[in-house]
This record gives sequence, structure tokens and C-alpha cells, in this order.
Amino acid sequence: MSRHTIKLTVNGEAVEKEVESRLLLVHFVREVLDLTGTHIGCDTTSCGACTVLLDGRAVKSCTVFAAQADGRSVETIEALAADGTLHPLQEGFWEKHGLQCGYCTPGMILSAKHLLEKNPDPTEEEIRWGISGNLCRCTGYNKIVEAIRYAADKQRESTEEVSA
Amino acid sequence: MIPGSFDYHAPTSLDDALALLTEHGGDAKILAGGHSLIPAMRFRLAVPEVLVDIGRIPDLEYIREEDGHLAVGGMTREVALEDSDLVNAKYPLLADTARVIADPLVRNLATVGGNLAHADPANDHPATMLAYGASVVARGPNGSRTIAIDDFFVDLFESALESNEILTEIRIPTPPAHGGGAYLKMERKVGDYAVSAVAVQLVLDGGTVSSARIGLTNVNPVPMRAKNAEAELVGKAATDDVLEAAGRAAAGECDPSGDLRGSAEYKRDVTRILTKRAIRKAVERAKGGN
Repeated sequence: MSRHTIKLTVNGEAVEKEVESRLLLVHFVREVLDLTGTHIGCDTTSCGACTVLLDGRAVKSCTVFAAQADGRSVETIEALAADGTLHPLQEGFWEKHGLQCGYCTPGMILSAKHLLEKNPDPTEEEIRWGISGNLCRCTGYNKIVEAIRYAADKQRESTEEVSA
Repeated sequence: MIPGSFDYHAPTSLDDALALLTEHGGDAKILAGGHSLIPAMRFRLAVPEVLVDIGRIPDLEYIREEDGHLAVGGMTREVALEDSDLVNAKYPLLADTARVIADPLVRNLATVGGNLAHADPANDHPATMLAYGASVVARGPNGSRTIAIDDFFVDLFESALESNEILTEIRIPTPPAHGGGAYLKMERKVGDYAVSAVAVQLVLDGGTVSSARIGLTNVNPVPMRAKNAEAELVGKAATDDVLEAAGRAAAGECDPSGDLRGSAEYKRDVTRILTKRAIRKAVERAKGGN
């Protein structure tokens, strides 16, 4: 069994911990850092409930070792409303009723955040494609798509205000 | 599900990685994107004693044209193929393939080299690289060697790579002016492996298919070329009768297993239909210039 000291940035804060090599990033986030907003769903790289951003890319944290995140930046759902104001995506899920049980929501929101950074004005098909790695067990996909569309519009409005 | 214990190394040079692989022999596994290996480790289907993470070695992620081929670095993530203007413009078979591998989250980390080196007949790149007639560059302690893709897949989950070699690059011949290709996959849902999938790359000379290579996904114990289907196609115009003959040949020469995704008979028939459709799409693209 090997142990490693890893240094990384989690939600903007520097973190240094000693971890076992086999510790998965999802367990590191939930159990070592106590950030339980990241959920464990299928445990088999299928459902996307455990999605986090690793250096800005949406990834399944059940399929990354914590040691692989050494030196990198991790963002979890806890970072989105850090100043107490809902992120446009969170607001969209609230306004459009984009969640039922809420289990998939953190992963959906982080996948959507990455999608909107790559494509700020996605079509409905592009949104569905973008979240196709995230499963909603309530099958409430239509409302989730509307929520992401709401956030895209809101973000584009605020960008236009800034540039105007 | 927690993987078994292992020693983890993250070398920052190819030489250091090769030294670790040589030192640990068959006890070590290479960790690239990890999206085949880590799930296998969590099910304890793989219990390596040592992992050599090659994700910190610089200069293994690139897509560029040189010397008549497309060079793709072994650690190149699938998403990079999907987003590449060059791949989308000139290598539509590769672009088709990248878009249907697993799901977007997986494609953000999964690598082209890993998809091939895992030698899983259910993976998508093997058929595509067989259709392109690609080659694979393997770096070992004594330097690099090039392996033709036709010699690369040895058995189920077994490639021609030695335990102390790293797949550093894939080389795809740049298609000629009247070349065209397509990948068609039937999957039950996003993220699932193919029921069947067919990769076609061909060249048109006037109305005739002057050369063609066809690869099949998940319908054989080893990634395979559908050579009988190719023979039905080459030297002929791609008429409906020729397409049907090629489809039937592909269905006949593959060897699928019945499972959750369907019976062997069903998979053969899906292969027949996908072969026809993929050829038709490749011909359309060849006429259009790529």
C-alpha cells in the first residue's frame, strides 16, 4: 500500500492531504474534505452523479484516483453559490423545476457549466448531447434542459450588459 | 467498490516510465485516461500491483498532420478529436467515431491510445483504425517501433504491445482526394457498448470503388476487418446489389456472441445493415471530397 501527499486546489482553496493511492477522487471529496454535495450513484462509471470539474472539465470523480488530481484544480457543486447568491444554473433549476429527487442535480449542473463554457448558446439538441453522460432517475430531462437553457440566456444577458 | 491496493507512480518522462515498466514487468499496468482500467480495478477484474500514470509526461497529447498522415498522440483525449477542426474536416470516419464513444464525461478523460491498447473488441477505435489502415508507434527501452494495425490486435484484450512498451502515437494515412469514410454504431443508449458498429474507409475512382477497408466493432472476439465484405465492394460501383452483397459478407464473416444486447443472429443482421449504410455514407462523402 502506498501513500502520497497531494496538493491541489479545491473550490479555490489550496488543499494538502496524505492519501492512499487507491483512494478515488469522489471519496476524497466526500470523506476527506467533507464536501458531500458530490453524490455517488452507480459506482460503475455510468451515471454521472459524481461529476466534478477537473481543471475545468466535467469528469466522473468515481473514475479518477485522488493522486491523479495532484497539482490540479477541482471544482464541486459547493463552489457555485459560494458568495450566497445562486449561480445562474442553480437559479435555472429552481425556476424551471429542474429537479425532482435532486440526486443527479449536482452532476447535471457541473456538466452544464462545462457545456456552457464551451458553447454559451446551445440548441436543445446540444444541451441533451452535453448532459448525455448524466442520468436522471426521475427521468425529468425536459425540465433539466429548460433549466440549462434558462441559465444560458441569463449568462448571455449579463455578458451583453458587461460588454455594453 | 474500492480497488485493490497498488503502488502508484507518476513519472514525468517517457524514459522514467519505461524504466518503471521494465522494473516491474507484468505486475505493472499503464494508467492513461483510466476509463477502462479503473472500472476493471473497482470490480477487481484487474488487480495490478503497480500503476504507472503516464498522464504527467509532456507532449503525448497532440493532433497534427505530417508526412502524409495524421499523427495522434497516445494520451490525446477523445474530446480533442471531437473538437478538432482538422479531424472534422478531413477525417470524418475518426470524427464519427469519437462522437459516439461512451459519453461526454468519459470522453473528457479517456484516451485514443488507451482505447486501442486495451484491445477490447467492444471499443470503437479498433475498427476505425483497421478501416484507415493506421499504424501504431510503440516506445520501448530500445527505442520506437511501428506496428501495422493489422498486426496489432492479437487476441481478446491482448495487443502486440510488450509489457514494457508505451503506445505513444497513432498514424492515420491522410485520405486521397476521392477518399471517404464513415462510422455507424447501433447502441441501446448513450454510453453503452455497440450492439454492432461498422467503420468504412474507401476511395472512389470515377464511379468505381478502387479500394476499401472495413472494420467491425463488438461482433468478434478480436477486433476484425471484414475482408470478404471489402472484396465484394472493391472494383465495383456501389450499387444496391453490391452493398447488399458486402453487408451479407460482413454478417457472415463476423462471430458475435449473444448477450444482453441481442442474439448472435440479430447482431449479424444489424452488422449487415450497418455495413450497407456505412458504405453508402462513405461513398457520399468521397463524392463530396473527403
